[in-house]
Amino acid sequence: MSMEAAISVSDLTKRFGDFTAVDGITFDVKKGEIFGFLGANGAGKTTAMRMLCGLSLPTSGQANVAGFDLYKEPEKIKKNIGYMSQKFSLYGDLTIRENNRFYGGIYGLTDQQIKEKTQFMLEHLHLEDQADTLVRALPLGWKQKLSFSVSMIHDPKIVFLDEPTGGVDPITRREFWSMIYEAAHSGTTVFVTTHYMDEAEYCDRVSIMVDGKIEAMDSPSALSKQYNAKGMEEVFVQLARKAIRSDN
Amino acid sequence: MRTLRILLEKEFRQIFRDPAILRLIFIMPIIQLLVLPLAADYEVKDINIAIVDQDHSSYSRQLTDKISASTYFNLVIYTHSYNEAIRGVEKDMADVVLQIPPSFEKKLIKENEAKLFMALNAINGVKANLGGVYLRSIINDFNGEVRLDWLQFPRFNPQPLIRISSINWFNPLLNYQFFMVPGILVILVTLVGSFLAALNIVKEKEIGTIEQINVTPIRKHQFILGKLIPFWILGLLVLSIGLLLARIFYGIIPAGSLLTVYLFAAVYLLAVLGLGLLISTYTETQQQAMLISFFLMMVFILLGGLYTSIDSMPKWAQIFTMFNPVTYFIEVMRMVVLKGSNLYDIRYHLLIVSGFGVFLNSWAIINYKKRS
Repeated sequence: MSMEAAISVSDLTKRFGDFTAVDGITFDVKKGEIFGFLGANGAGKTTAMRMLCGLSLPTSGQANVAGFDLYKEPEKIKKNIGYMSQKFSLYGDLTIRENNRFYGGIYGLTDQQIKEKTQFMLEHLHLEDQADTLVRALPLGWKQKLSFSVSMIHDPKIVFLDEPTGGVDPITRREFWSMIYEAAHSGTTVFVTTHYMDEAEYCDRVSIMVDGKIEAMDSPSALSKQYNAKGMEEVFVQLARKAIRSDN
Repeated sequence: MRTLRILLEKEFRQIFRDPAILRLIFIMPIIQLLVLPLAADYEVKDINIAIVDQDHSSYSRQLTDKISASTYFNLVIYTHSYNEAIRGVEKDMADVVLQIPPSFEKKLIKENEAKLFMALNAINGVKANLGGVYLRSIINDFNGEVRLDWLQFPRFNPQPLIRISSINWFNPLLNYQFFMVPGILVILVTLVGSFLAALNIVKEKEIGTIEQINVTPIRKHQFILGKLIPFWILGLLVLSIGLLLARIFYGIIPAGSLLTVYLFAAVYLLAVLGLGLLISTYTETQQQAMLISFFLMMVFILLGGLYTSIDSMPKWAQIFTMFNPVTYFIEVMRMVVLKGSNLYDIRYHLLIVSGFGVFLNSWAIINYKKRS
């Protein structure tokens, strides 16, 4: 494991009974990198990501996240990562300000820090007028951007984004990706899953999972060259077609 | 500590923003306490009686008058045909049939003995039973009067007469509400303590926020305390509202110390909160939690001594009630509120309920996992 790796995974496996959701995956993610974690539905992306976030216990294999061992120091990992799940997971019955206060507070930020962060976030997202609106009243695109900001509230070393732009319009998606770039520029490692191949092109490197295994991993341009394809879309289709597992 | 404060702040915000919970906390106690004790009453009045008078004598009429004058009976059928009376029972018009056979009076005077026949509609067992008892006592009274008429000299009375006088301790007027209200309060506290807490935690699972919580460095005990403390406070709040309503509307002022009630309630709430937490660790959706809660609540209420006396349950059910925390609180409430029992009197109850608390909470905490 090199010191440059933000995430280092070797032979990580998760079985649910007879079903092997993640089958011995091995990869490194470099610090400050935007790492695209691709795969068809049911390929095992979310399971892999949940293991790395300490939500799910691996069946076997090793992993080091943000410099901490997945088995021995899960709570230290949690201090240093942010996670945005597929499901919207801010509290709809709290306002933006209150959600910030809650998540900032449980990450141990001081009242002053929370205040500053919130102010910055509101300005950045142009949500100053909505600070005291219940989050459930906001449109989906705003909610997603907000979720991302909240998952970054404690300046994590790594942020895990699970299909952050699902169901979001193209303009918001572009704005979302500019937020991801900003995060990466400020030194945060971004680990992101997506089904949009145009988004995959924005990543520094991508891996493509098929039936629980990583079938390909490189930069988007190198992969296009290797598979003799025009873009990530073609690479993905060529690989995903091999899948035996059904959609669900 | 700061984390816990942040958690509590969030929890209370959400609770007080949820109109359903507010309704549950403030309106449910009012309705339950104001309506249920009036309706759930064991006193049997208005027993409909059919009298089959085949004698048509002055005695049969005297007896009929005596019965219809009683506040317990409504004379709905007066006939000479037994079949007609039974048809009345079949149509659910009459609960009790009393047959006065022909030559009742003649036999009573000549042979010093006469027979009456009583038929009871036992679909409602309680009503039939009590109806029979009331009717028997009226007939006994009547019997006494008749004897007085005929035997002027009581010293010749062949049967010794024993008079029983009784006094009702702790609830001298046998007010059924005094018995019910403390019990209903217990059910309310239990509902808030266990099921609201369970639903609240499962809701976080259902909407997915629990995942977001589980990726934070928040500790298991912090999260659990953050969930339990608000409902512990709400439980005591509901108890206070209930005690206040009981005082205003039923004039129930605990004979014992309020402090004893609160101390026991505080410990009891820990036990039922543990139960709520346990339910939440075994369920994934609010629907599942609801169904389990509903099932448990039925068992708790029916086997908790709220409506039916535990002493009259079969042995196996009595053993079962020992594992029902509700039983202990109902007993304690009745002891403290009606009898004025003190802390020393309820020490075993307190000990057992503390045991429940430790057991249920430990089980729930072991079963609660941040990582699956």
